[in-house]
Amino acid sequence: MPLYFKDWDLVVPGELLAEGNYKLGSNVYKEDGRIYSNVVGILKLTRGTINVVPLSGPYIPKVGDLVIGEVIDVTASSYVVDIRAPHVAFLHASEASTKPINPHEEDLRKLYDVGDMIVAKVIAFDRAFNPSLTCKERGLGKITRGRIIAIPAVKVPRLIGRRKSMITMIKSETGCEIVVGQNGYIWVVGKTPEDEDLVAEAIKKIVEEAHVTGLTARIMKMLKDKKRRQP
Amino acid sequence: MAGERLISSDGIRHDGRRLDELRPIKMAVGVLKNADGSAYVEQGNTKILAAVYGPRSIHPRHLAYPDRARVRCRYHMAPFSVEVRKSPAPSRREIELSKVIREALSHAIFLEQFPATAIDVFIEVLEADGSTRCVGINAASLALADAGIPMKDLVAACAVGKVEGHLVVDLTDLEDKNGEVDMPFAMMYGRKKITLLQLDGILSYEELCKAVDLAMTACEKIYAMQKEALKQRYLALRKSIEEGGG
Repeated sequence: MPLYFKDWDLVVPGELLAEGNYKLGSNVYKEDGRIYSNVVGILKLTRGTINVVPLSGPYIPKVGDLVIGEVIDVTASSYVVDIRAPHVAFLHASEASTKPINPHEEDLRKLYDVGDMIVAKVIAFDRAFNPSLTCKERGLGKITRGRIIAIPAVKVPRLIGRRKSMITMIKSETGCEIVVGQNGYIWVVGKTPEDEDLVAEAIKKIVEEAHVTGLTARIMKMLKDKKRRQP
Repeated sequence: MAGERLISSDGIRHDGRRLDELRPIKMAVGVLKNADGSAYVEQGNTKILAAVYGPRSIHPRHLAYPDRARVRCRYHMAPFSVEVRKSPAPSRREIELSKVIREALSHAIFLEQFPATAIDVFIEVLEADGSTRCVGINAASLALADAGIPMKDLVAACAVGKVEGHLVVDLTDLEDKNGEVDMPFAMMYGRKKITLLQLDGILSYEELCKAVDLAMTACEKIYAMQKEALKQRYLALRKSIEEGGG
């Protein structure tokens, strides 16, 4: 079972990764017993499974994903939400809030209007139909303060880190509340705008250096240095 | 070039190349900020910019395929890309080239992963000096990979022609116009699959076999450069961090 690359090696589409009985993870395909990469990414080998972690690419919704989206239209009984996926998502009035809203009697625009950013959860998607969202849980709904930072969706796992190590570290170092949408929108609320700036800077660095090991330590060092310089 | 020969008696072409030599090639990936993927490729004086958007929702909706993505491709020559100003409206030739390029690329993409969406490929010829469809394919394939769209392999392309009885690789505009044959050729080099083969002119069976061999050797070189261009974008930063120790 020859393996032609090491863990953390950079690979491109069509690159021959291995031959033999490896399990296929994401972004790889097998033809005639040979395993090839699908995308530009980093090879990850875990317990006999070959994965390629992509360095760019679209956001594909999964049921259960927490996402942040922009309301782009309000119809008679639902909201149309742009969640940066290939298809727009629908948020039906019955799922729009923990408080029931009746679209026959009330104006749906009172709850969310075009241009509002909302935190929501994906409840249905099978690639053939538009995804459906819900806001019927605590912590979901309209965003009224703080700021939203956009990053490529493929970098989200890196921002969260293994067992949430990266995001927990950024939260404790800066004292900001951070909600990470799986679609690459990050909602940051800090005590001061300067704290939010610090988070924005850290996120920018994570996106740029996602393909280099030892990232959490570098981000921690950067945040500590910056804080020391602040009064 | 009336009266002058394009290939000298010792097998050197009008621009100083050997018969099987490519022009100097430059490739850059991720050159456009607002596109999902982009690439710029120079092959001699042929200069091409490619941009990819998507997979994204498709309008009008009836164009969507229920089981796979639709690739839409626009090959376009800038008005200033040729000696005499070209009308910016799509010509018959450009519409045909858009179609063959779309077909050359779409076989490399896992379209079934994105049903009912569109993948839009824009190829803009900034300066034309022969082999523009091949350089366009090279650039577009890099842009698709840069957009993170799952592909079976990169597509590499190169033209082979017959000029004054000699088979030559990577034609310039002059060789294309004054030669006997032009054969654009594209393949997924790693998978050894041909996705484009056109022939303008007449070749004997033996010449055709030889031309395909020459094209495959040229594609091998281009394919290696494409891989390098994609990796270089990320490796430079990784190296500088690892050497600087953070």
